[in-house]
Formats: sequence, C-alpha cells, structure tokens
Amino acid sequence: MEPLKPVTATARLLLGTGFFVLFVGLWALATEGGYVQPLFLASPARALAAGWSLLTEYGFLHDIGMTVWRVLGGFLLAAAIAVPLGLMMGAYKGVEAFFEPFISFARYLPASAFIPLLILWAGVGEAQKLAVIFLGSVFQIVIMVTVIAGATRMDLVEAAYTLGAGRGGILRRVIIPAAAPQVMEALRLVLGWAWTYVIVAELIGAQSGIGHMIMDSQRLLDTGQMIFGIVVIGLIGLVTDLLFRQLNRRLFRWAVL
Amino acid sequence: MRGLSIRGLTRTFPGQGSAGPTLALQPTDLDVTPGEFVSILGPSGCGKSTLLRIVAGLDRPTAGSVTLNGRQVTRPGPDRGMVFQSYTLFPWLTVEQNILFGLRERQVPQAQAREIAAAYIARTGLRGFEHHWPRQLSGGMQQRTALARALANSPEILLLDEPFGALDHQTRELMQELLLEVWGADTPAARKTVLFVTHDIDEAVFLASRVLVMSARPGRVKAEVPVPLPYPRDWKVKTAPEFGALKARLMAEIREEVRKAALA
Repeated sequence: MEPLKPVTATARLLLGTGFFVLFVGLWALATEGGYVQPLFLASPARALAAGWSLLTEYGFLHDIGMTVWRVLGGFLLAAAIAVPLGLMMGAYKGVEAFFEPFISFARYLPASAFIPLLILWAGVGEAQKLAVIFLGSVFQIVIMVTVIAGATRMDLVEAAYTLGAGRGGILRRVIIPAAAPQVMEALRLVLGWAWTYVIVAELIGAQSGIGHMIMDSQRLLDTGQMIFGIVVIGLIGLVTDLLFRQLNRRLFRWAVL
Repeated sequence: MRGLSIRGLTRTFPGQGSAGPTLALQPTDLDVTPGEFVSILGPSGCGKSTLLRIVAGLDRPTAGSVTLNGRQVTRPGPDRGMVFQSYTLFPWLTVEQNILFGLRERQVPQAQAREIAAAYIARTGLRGFEHHWPRQLSGGMQQRTALARALANSPEILLLDEPFGALDHQTRELMQELLLEVWGADTPAARKTVLFVTHDIDEAVFLASRVLVMSARPGRVKAEVPVPLPYPRDWKVKTAPEFGALKARLMAEIREEVRKAALA
C-alpha cells in the first residue's frame, strides 16, 4: 500500500463489501457459536426471520411509512423556514447580526430534551413528532445556509454590479444560484441527522413508527426485531442519501459535486 | 464634457491593527478622450487596480472625483463594463446566458438581447460554445466570454483589469490581438474608450494609443508615453524598431519603480 494512491473501482467494491461480509460473519460466529446469549443479541438469521414476520404479520410497512412521513414532514417544514432565513442572513449582515447570536445558542439545545415539553404542548400526536424533527433541523440549516450564502464569491458579485445588477438582482441572480448546490448538500446532511431525531421522538409516546416498534420489541426482549428495525433505518437513510445525491447531480450539472 | 475625467483622486486604506493607514493612490488627475485606448502600466501593488476599481464604482475614493461623460461616478453601473483578472463568469450560466446577464438586468426585449449576444459570440470567436458551462472552457475562452459579456451591455467605457494576467503566454498574445480586432471593428469615431491595467510592457504598448506609467506605492502617474503606431496593429508590430524603442523607454521607467516596490 502506498499513501494517497487511488485503488481501482473493482478493488474498492471488493474491499467495501468485504467488510460487510466480515462484520456479519463475526456477528454470526458470536451468536450461532453460542458465545453470546440470544437474549442479548439475535443471530443474523434470527434478525432476518424476525423482520420477515414483522413485515408480513405485524404491518411493519405502516410503521416505516409513518416514520418516513414524520422525517420528511418535519424536515421540509424546517427547510421551508430555514433556507430563506439563512439566505437573508448570509446576504444581509444586519439580519445576520440580529438572528445569529440566538440561533448559535439555540442550535446547541438538544432536540430530544424538548420532548417532554413538546408532549405537554402538543400531546403525543403527530404535531409533537414533527416538532422534534423541526427543532432538531431548523437551526442547523439556518446556520449552514448563512455561512454558504455569506461566502458567495465577491468577484462574482462585483461582476454583476458592473453589468448593471441592483441589490435585489445580486441576491436573486448571484447569491441564490451560487449558493444553491451547497445548500442542497447541507440539506442532505441535515436530513441524515433528522433520521436520528425521529427515532428518539418515537421511543416516547408513539403508537406507530420504527422507533415505537423497537420500543415494543424491548418489552418482548426480541433482539431480532430490534436489530432488524435498526438496519431498516440505516438502509432508508442510505437510500434517501443516494437519491438526494442523484438529484443534486442532475440539478447542478454546472457544478462539480 | 465627453470622456473620462479624473480629478485629485486619492485613496487611503485604513490601517489594520497597529499598522497605520496606507496611502494607495496619491492625488491623481487624468483625462481620457472618447475612443482612446489607454494602458496603465505599473508594478504590482502600485494602486493601478485601485484606480480602475474606483472608476468602476466598486471602490470609493478618499478624495477627488471621477466623471464619465459629465456624470459623476458614485456606484457601479452598466455604462462602465469591466473584465477582471480572475475568472468571473457565473458558473451556473452557459456562455450565452452569461452574455445575456446584463441585457436581462436592463430589461432589453429577449429577441433583441439574443441578437446582440449572438453578434458578440461571433465577434469574440465563441461560436459553437454558446451552450457550454464556464467550467468546460479554457481560461482564454472564459475571458473571451467575459469580454463579450461586458461589451454586450454597450458600455461607454471598457475597464480591463489585467484580463489576460492568468493566461499562458501564447494564449495571452492571441487574446491581445482579439481584443484589438473587436475594438477596432468599429469606426474610429464609434470606438469604445478603454482603460487597460497591466504590468506587462509588451501588452501595454501593443494595445494602447497612450501608456501611463505608475510609480511604486503610493501610486501616481509618473510618466505618459504616447504610442504613435497606427491601428490596425497585428503581432508583427512587436518586432518593429519603433516598438522596441518605446519598450526600452518604458522599461527604464518601470525598472526603477519595481526596484522601489521590491525594497519597500
């Protein structure tokens, strides 16, 4: 191995899947070999079987649908408010000076710590679940978009001025299009975090959702179901991330993403 | 009052930290008549770009004034087109859309705007590249587009801030010829006024009808050298004895300043 030397695509694929195989292999060895009790860790085959029964007998697809809906709903609400606000803060230093200190503070407030309070305000219904995702994402997006918009290349702004653009034109025709690809990348990142908040929201006071299922399985000591639930979250996260990436590539063909 | 008139233009940059303020530009007077091609030659850091940026309205003078065709310059505007040394095409717009940027901003009807863009695409040798994105273009092609974009706005003056400074030597020479061709395509009476900032003596002489030499910081115009070579010029003029003589004279002027700048 040579430092920083690239490897071929085939080698990359083999190495990447290799670790998955090794990981599942060790897992199987530990469980099937009797080194770990099934009470604490189900074997891969048990987890798969549990997943199959979840999907066919217990309507797990509905849980998955609910969770996806909550993530997307809360995330889109957050983005709808945070992206315009972030753009304004990035573009106008006065707006930034007004909001930035508060948002810098607010983004360190853990969304999960709000859950009891949110239950008090909004009950245990969907509004509370969306609120958790929203609170967890909105400040992060604002800060990231502010930084992105604020870092617009000054020479492009100047070029636009010399071409006759006014202040509104600079925002609409330079700052926003210049920031767009990075804003979408930031959204992709925050969507990943939103997936972690939703599960926390569903662990407490939920009647459906992947997190709720995991909580139920704990009562039944069914580690197979719990592991299957966690793996499903990972897979959905991976798929949305890939879709988002594809979308960005398509939308911003002018940029090298 | 036609043309560009600069009176007592001064620029001081406020000091940072413990450093005192820097005088970038000493009180400078300059008159440029319509249709004139003036090169401003000077060592790096002499304030030549500052001067140009103030004319563009991108920087404000500490004292003095800039007047273009009787109107005082206070902010940037489409009457002063500019090409920068850095590549400033909007990366999300194609070549054609970049050229249309200013026309759209001024709400020129679309059919007419596209006609103007097509004309400058042809004049700057960009045919076939209309729908390319900037990142797909070489540095030379990007600067052609930037030139076309500035010209499409039909500015009263063209401000060029070392536009070929980042290009390799051969491309640079080609671009100089292209610029003269585009500029000279108009009748002498209709030609654009051009202010061209450079630190390259050959470039300054080859392009301009008058070369202003700036001193090391704090900048001032220390010498003015008319270039009596007739237009249209082509590359062969660079080997003419008159060209050599002008170059020798400017070299002597500039060497002294470069030495001062290096020691400062």
